[in-house]
Amino acid sequence: MKRSFKTSGALAATAAAALILSACGEAPDEAPETDESALAAEEVDFKACVVSDDGGWNDQSFNQSAYAGLMNADEEFGIDHAEVESHSEDQFGPNVDSMVQQGCDLVFGVGFLLADAISEAAAANPETTFALIDEWVPEELENAKPLVFNTSEAAYLAGYVAAAVSETDVVGTWGGLQIPSVTVFMDGFADGVDRYNSDNDGDVELVGWDKDAQSGSFSGGFQDQNAGRTLTEQLLAQDADVIMPVAGASGVGAGPAIEEAEAKMIWVDSDGYESTEYGNIILTSVLKQITQATFDTIEEGVNGNFTAEPYVGTLENDGVGLAPFHDFEDEVPDEVKEKVEELREEIISGETVVESVNAP
Amino acid sequence: MSEQNEKTQPKESAADSSAEGSPPGAALKEAEGRLHHALRELSQTSWVISLLAVVVALAVGGLLIIAAHPQVQSTASYFFARPADFFTTSFQVVRDAYSSLFRGAVYDWQAPTLQRSIRPITETLVYAVPLILAGLGIAIGFRSGMLNIGGQGQIILGVTFAGFIGYAMDLPVGAHLLLALMGGILGGAIWGGIAGVLKARTGANEVIVTIMLNNIALYLLAWLLRQQWFVQTGSNQPQSSPVEESARLFTLFGAGFRLHAGIILAIAATFFVWWLMERSTLGFELRAIGENPDAARTAGVNVAKATALVLIIGGALCGLGGAAHLLGTEYRITAGIAGTIGFDAITVALLGRSKPLGTFLAGVLFGGLKAGGVLMQAQTGTPIDIVLVLQSVIVLLIAAPPLVRAIFFLPRPDGRSRSRRRREKQAEEVAA
Repeated sequence: MKRSFKTSGALAATAAAALILSACGEAPDEAPETDESALAAEEVDFKACVVSDDGGWNDQSFNQSAYAGLMNADEEFGIDHAEVESHSEDQFGPNVDSMVQQGCDLVFGVGFLLADAISEAAAANPETTFALIDEWVPEELENAKPLVFNTSEAAYLAGYVAAAVSETDVVGTWGGLQIPSVTVFMDGFADGVDRYNSDNDGDVELVGWDKDAQSGSFSGGFQDQNAGRTLTEQLLAQDADVIMPVAGASGVGAGPAIEEAEAKMIWVDSDGYESTEYGNIILTSVLKQITQATFDTIEEGVNGNFTAEPYVGTLENDGVGLAPFHDFEDEVPDEVKEKVEELREEIISGETVVESVNAP
Repeated sequence: MSEQNEKTQPKESAADSSAEGSPPGAALKEAEGRLHHALRELSQTSWVISLLAVVVALAVGGLLIIAAHPQVQSTASYFFARPADFFTTSFQVVRDAYSSLFRGAVYDWQAPTLQRSIRPITETLVYAVPLILAGLGIAIGFRSGMLNIGGQGQIILGVTFAGFIGYAMDLPVGAHLLLALMGGILGGAIWGGIAGVLKARTGANEVIVTIMLNNIALYLLAWLLRQQWFVQTGSNQPQSSPVEESARLFTLFGAGFRLHAGIILAIAATFFVWWLMERSTLGFELRAIGENPDAARTAGVNVAKATALVLIIGGALCGLGGAAHLLGTEYRITAGIAGTIGFDAITVALLGRSKPLGTFLAGVLFGGLKAGGVLMQAQTGTPIDIVLVLQSVIVLLIAAPPLVRAIFFLPRPDGRSRSRRRREKQAEEVAA
C-alpha cells in the first residue's frame, strides 16, 4: 500500500509542475466569449452539417476537402455548423439521424458509402436538405443533391502532359482502392496517354492500370504510406518516370520514392504543390473541387435557393481541372501547354469525349 | 497422439528444453501454457473488478475530455489568476459529455417526442446484438482455454453467406430469413472450424491461425465485392445489393425504431451458451480442457474433438452475429461491414468474464457506448475517440486485476495483504 501512495505522490507532483508551467497567464475580462459567436450565428439562421465516412477529417482526400468547404462557408456567412466523424459503417445512419435531430438545415454525407443513409434520411425528413459527395441519390428525392465529379476529363489532360514530358516513355499510376471515384482518374489518365501516342506517333507505355481490363495496382486503402511507397518503387522499377498515385494519404508514400529516383509525381484532388511537402517533384495536380462545391451548395442553402439539381464537376464548370505546373513551368514545352489548352477546349465543346465506365 | 501430449504439457516441455537444449517451438508452447493460465485467471476474477474497471475508464475518459477541450485549455492558461474558471468549466464539459453519452444510450430527456426519448435504449440494443453474439462465441473459447482472435473473420464469413442468400435467392418470408441465418452460422462455423481442425490435428497455435484467417476473410470479401455475380448491382461500387425484405430481421417496435428480432436471437444464444457450458456433457468436457487438458484426457475426454468443436461453435456464434448485423440493420455487404465488431467482441467476452450473462451485459454496455458516442460527438463535439479510449482502458484494467485492486485498496482474493506475504516470504528464505 505504501508504494502506491508514493507513486500517486510522484504523479501529483508531475501534474502540479505541468500546471504551474502552463497556468500563469492573465485572466480575461468577465464578458463571456459565447455572446460573440451567438451574435454571428444570428446573422444567418442556417446550420450546415457534415458526416464523414470512416476516413475521418484528416484523410487528405474528400473528407478533408468537404470539411474545408464547411469551414470556408462558416467564415464567409457566419453559419452554425456541426460535424461528426464515423468510425465504422454502422454509424452512418445514426450519425445522419443525429444531425437531423439537431436541427441542421443542410446535411452533407461524404463518400458513396453514405448513399443509403442520406437517401433514407432525405425520404424521411422532407423539411431538411441533404447533399451527397461522390455518388448519385435517387432522382425522385427533391431534397437531396448529389455532388459528383467527372475527374476523368482533367486526368486526361494530366495523362497527355505526363506522356509528353516522360523521358523513358513509361508513365505509371496506382490507386488506393478499386472504386469508381478512384479508377475514374486512372481511366482518364490512360486515355490522355493514348491521345499523346496517336497525335505524336508516340510509344509511351502506361503501367499500373489497364483500362480495357479494368485491372491494375492498388495499395489496399487510403492510409498506409508504406504500401504506397512499395507500389511506387515497383512502378519506378518498370522505368516509369511520371507517376500519379490516386490514394489520399497513402499517396504521400510515393513522395520519398519518387524524390529518390528523381522522377515526377502528379497529385490528385487538391493542388499537391500546396497541400503536400513534395512540391519540388510535383509536375501538376488533377483538381477535384470538393471544397468549392461544398461551399457553393451551402451558399445556395443560405440564400434559400437550394435545388436537388445534381452538380457534376467538369472542366467546363471548373469543378475539375489541372493545377499550374509551378516549378516545372519552364520544363513543360510551350507546344504541350498549347495542346493541353486545345484539348481542354475540345473536351468542353464535346469534340473529344473522355469515356469511362467509372465516370459519374 | 504423441503430438497431442507434447502440445498440452507446456510446463514439462519447457523444463525439457532448458535441460537438453531447446527443441523448435518450445518457446511458443511455453507461451501457450502461460496463456492458458492467464485465461483461467481471467474467468475467475470477481465481477467487482469488471465494474471498477468501467468506473476507472470513465474517470480517465473524463480527464481526456477535459484535456482535449479548447475552452478548458484557455481557462487553464490563467489557472492561478482565477482557478474557479478552470474547475467549473472542466466540470461542465465532463458533465455535458457524459450526460449526452447517457442520453444517447439510455433515455433522452431532451428529445421532442416520447418516441425519440425512449429510442436511445433501443439503439443501444441494436449495437449490442452483434457484440453479444460474437462475444459469446469468443467466451466459449476462453472458457475452454482457447484464445480465438478470429471473431472478425468469422463475422465476415457469416455476413457473406447470410447476405448472398439474402439477396441472391428468392424464397418465401420466414424460410428466407431462416436460411439466411443458417447461412451465417455455417459461414462462421467453417471459418472457425478451419482453425479448430488445424489446432486439433496439427497443434497449430489458434491465436496465429485465427489472426491470419481474419486477413484472408477480409481480402476474400474485397475480391468478392468486385465480382458482378456476387454483388449483383450492375455498378462498379464495391458493395452488394441490399438483402430482400423477406430475409430481413423484422423490427420489434415498428417505424422510428431500428430494434429488430436479432435481440431475441442474442437472448436465446445467451441461454443456449449457459446451457451448453453449465448443463451439458459437452460443456463439461470443454470446461475440463480449459481447466486442465491432461486431466481431461485422463478422464476420457477426446481433447482433439473438443478442441475443434470449441472453435466451430464459437465461429458459428460469431457468424450468427454477423448475419444479425447485416439482416437487422445494414442490409448491404460492404468491405467495412464488420467494422471492429470482431475485436470489440473479445473485449466484451473479457469484461463479461466469459460467462454468458456477463457477456450479455458487457455487450449491452459496449452497445451503449457506441450508441451514446454518436450523440456525444454530434451535440458536444467531444471526439468519438473517447469511446475507444474507454473501451481500451477497460481491457487494460481487466487484464491487470492487481492494478484495479491497488487503485481501490482492495484486498487480494486470497485474503492476504502484501506486507504479510512479504513477511512470509522472508520467513521462508530464513528457514531455507
